[in-house]
Amino acid sequence: MADVRKARTGENTGHTVILTVWQRVVTFESGTLAGVTDGMPLIAKVATSVSKTAAALSRAAGRGDGSVIGGWIGLKIDPDLLAHLAAGRAVALVSGTNGKTTTTRLTAAAVGVLGRVATNSFGANMPTGHTSALAKEGHTPFAVLEVDEHYLAQVIDQTRPRVVALLNLSRDQLDRAKEVAMMAQLWKTALAGHPEIRVVANSDDPMVVWAAAGSPEVTWFSAGQRWLDDSFVCPESGHPIERAQGDWWCTGCPLRRPRPQWVVEDEGVIDPRGDWHLVKLQLPGRVNIGNAATALAVAAEFGVRPIEALPRLSRVASIAGRYAQVDRDGRNIRLLLAKNPASWLEAFDMADQAPTLLSINARDPDGLDTSWLYDVDFSPLRDRPVLITGDRAYDLAVRLQVNQVQFRHVQTFDEALRSVPPGRLEVIANYTAFQDIRAELDRVN
Amino acid sequence: MSTEALRIVWIYPDLLSTYGDRGNMLILARRAAERGIPAETYEVRSDQSMPHTADIYLIGGGEDGPQALAAQRLIADGGLHQAVAQGAAVLSICAGYQLLGHSFFAKGAKCAGLGLLDITSDRGETRAVGELRGEIDPRLGLPALTGFENHGGRTHLGAHAAPLARVTGGIGNDGQTEGAWAGKILGTYSHGPALARNPAIADLLLRWATGADRLAPLDDTWADRLRSERLAAATPA
Ligand SMILES: [Zn+2]
Repeated sequence: MADVRKARTGENTGHTVILTVWQRVVTFESGTLAGVTDGMPLIAKVATSVSKTAAALSRAAGRGDGSVIGGWIGLKIDPDLLAHLAAGRAVALVSGTNGKTTTTRLTAAAVGVLGRVATNSFGANMPTGHTSALAKEGHTPFAVLEVDEHYLAQVIDQTRPRVVALLNLSRDQLDRAKEVAMMAQLWKTALAGHPEIRVVANSDDPMVVWAAAGSPEVTWFSAGQRWLDDSFVCPESGHPIERAQGDWWCTGCPLRRPRPQWVVEDEGVIDPRGDWHLVKLQLPGRVNIGNAATALAVAAEFGVRPIEALPRLSRVASIAGRYAQVDRDGRNIRLLLAKNPASWLEAFDMADQAPTLLSINARDPDGLDTSWLYDVDFSPLRDRPVLITGDRAYDLAVRLQVNQVQFRHVQTFDEALRSVPPGRLEVIANYTAFQDIRAELDRVN
Repeated sequence: MSTEALRIVWIYPDLLSTYGDRGNMLILARRAAERGIPAETYEVRSDQSMPHTADIYLIGGGEDGPQALAAQRLIADGGLHQAVAQGAAVLSICAGYQLLGHSFFAKGAKCAGLGLLDITSDRGETRAVGELRGEIDPRLGLPALTGFENHGGRTHLGAHAAPLARVTGGIGNDGQTEGAWAGKILGTYSHGPALARNPAIADLLLRWATGADRLAPLDDTWADRLRSERLAAATPA
């Protein structure tokens, strides 16, 4: 995922050369633009073409999914390209610390009831990725885009969304990111400038509620929230937040949990009319029922009824490799991505009681700091064989010792495969470690 | 102390627990248990009164708002002051380290600290983020410090506090010194679970708390590997 890292840090080495090459290639490609770019300024047409071509080349060269580099080049040629590409589409944006890739995929499936949907399904969630996704799909009536929480304000301005879904805000790579309260403030400011946007927001997360509550049109959902540590203090008044039986309220100001219109209950979701719908998914875990509930709430803003959307949700089997199962050498390998404390807890919840490989890196996209390991309780793994690997396996080793979890260190993914018996191997990895393993498995989707 | 369990208090986890700060409590408890030292851990929230009879107090990192709130409450409560006066050991990290001093900056305003360490903190021009390395004050007899720092503060030491370490990689207090200590109070910018990479500091706290001159050695193979890797990763100052 070198592409993602460069986009994050603004380092462009390597791509600059490709840009000059593609400015020449574009003349051969201009015949393929019919439909997508009608009515666009010439510079946007050129940029769109370059963007698509570069993405194809990036894929062919094995450099990545092509989901970032094309948009990066297109935006270099026309900085307004994303706005041009979004114009005329009904757009939904999905943002938050956790679950946004899965929720975006499920929302795109649900909105697909109405017509074609462009979406950044590889999790390339910054403007370069959005630009690539829209350019690649050509003209579609709908777009559902996952947005990195840092970029939400910018992407709102450029894509003029009809709906913005706010999932949650928890600590995620604080060495690189804004602090949680500052992020909530950025969201709040971004939404204040766009009262026309319909906001779909998580009533269980005080940070999200505070950010969204100023908007005139909010639909609240309750998907259940396990991670509470980041919202003990009220972002409005600084007073402690009390919690009891799923409810919460500030002890020093009027901020409190709004009554949600969409609620996860048992294996299903209650809609605003009070009807309960069974949610059958191929994706594991209760957290994905919550993601499905959010997707149904967003799709409803476009006029999609749950009964129409649910069959489509049940057909989603994996998302950019997440939850994917691969058979190799008699082992059934299942890939679970865990990026931060909240998603590690969810991964343990989803994993079977089978041999488990944990892999940790601390490269730029992961955050350079591994101290979050101590915010995760690894004791659920005591009852199964545990293997560890990755750039920061030693950090993990010390953590597991403190947690009294037995483990074995392996150098490579192949060594891990050889050291477990035939059958299920659960793989839980953080972002770049996950991408490394996915690459070993031939970029499984 | 010989018959009673060691009491370890984690101060205000509801306010000061930015990143893995729980780890220090878990590591102390584990290292005590492996030596057969009975230990009890207590998480004292900011709406509870601070006991003054514990042996080791841990205070961690946090955002500006919670840091200022924690300082106000600890000053009003007085329990930590009393504990220190009675000889308790304290490990303070990042925001928790700053608020033990005379003053610190939060949300652009100067805030009164607890005055337990002779230090003052203000804002640096840049944020210090990355690997931190230092040679610890020889009087403490400990191997090199390794940590990850992530803070915007700069800390100035008065005559009654000694630097915890001389910086050999990273920023620490000011690029020259890192952390501070006085009596049985330690402060460091190695954020989060600082003891994971520095088990010798954990053992120093346990020795201070138990009065033991030495503790039975533990198998620190993995911690040693981690230390070697991280010490090598720090960029020389
Ligand atoms: Zn409040």
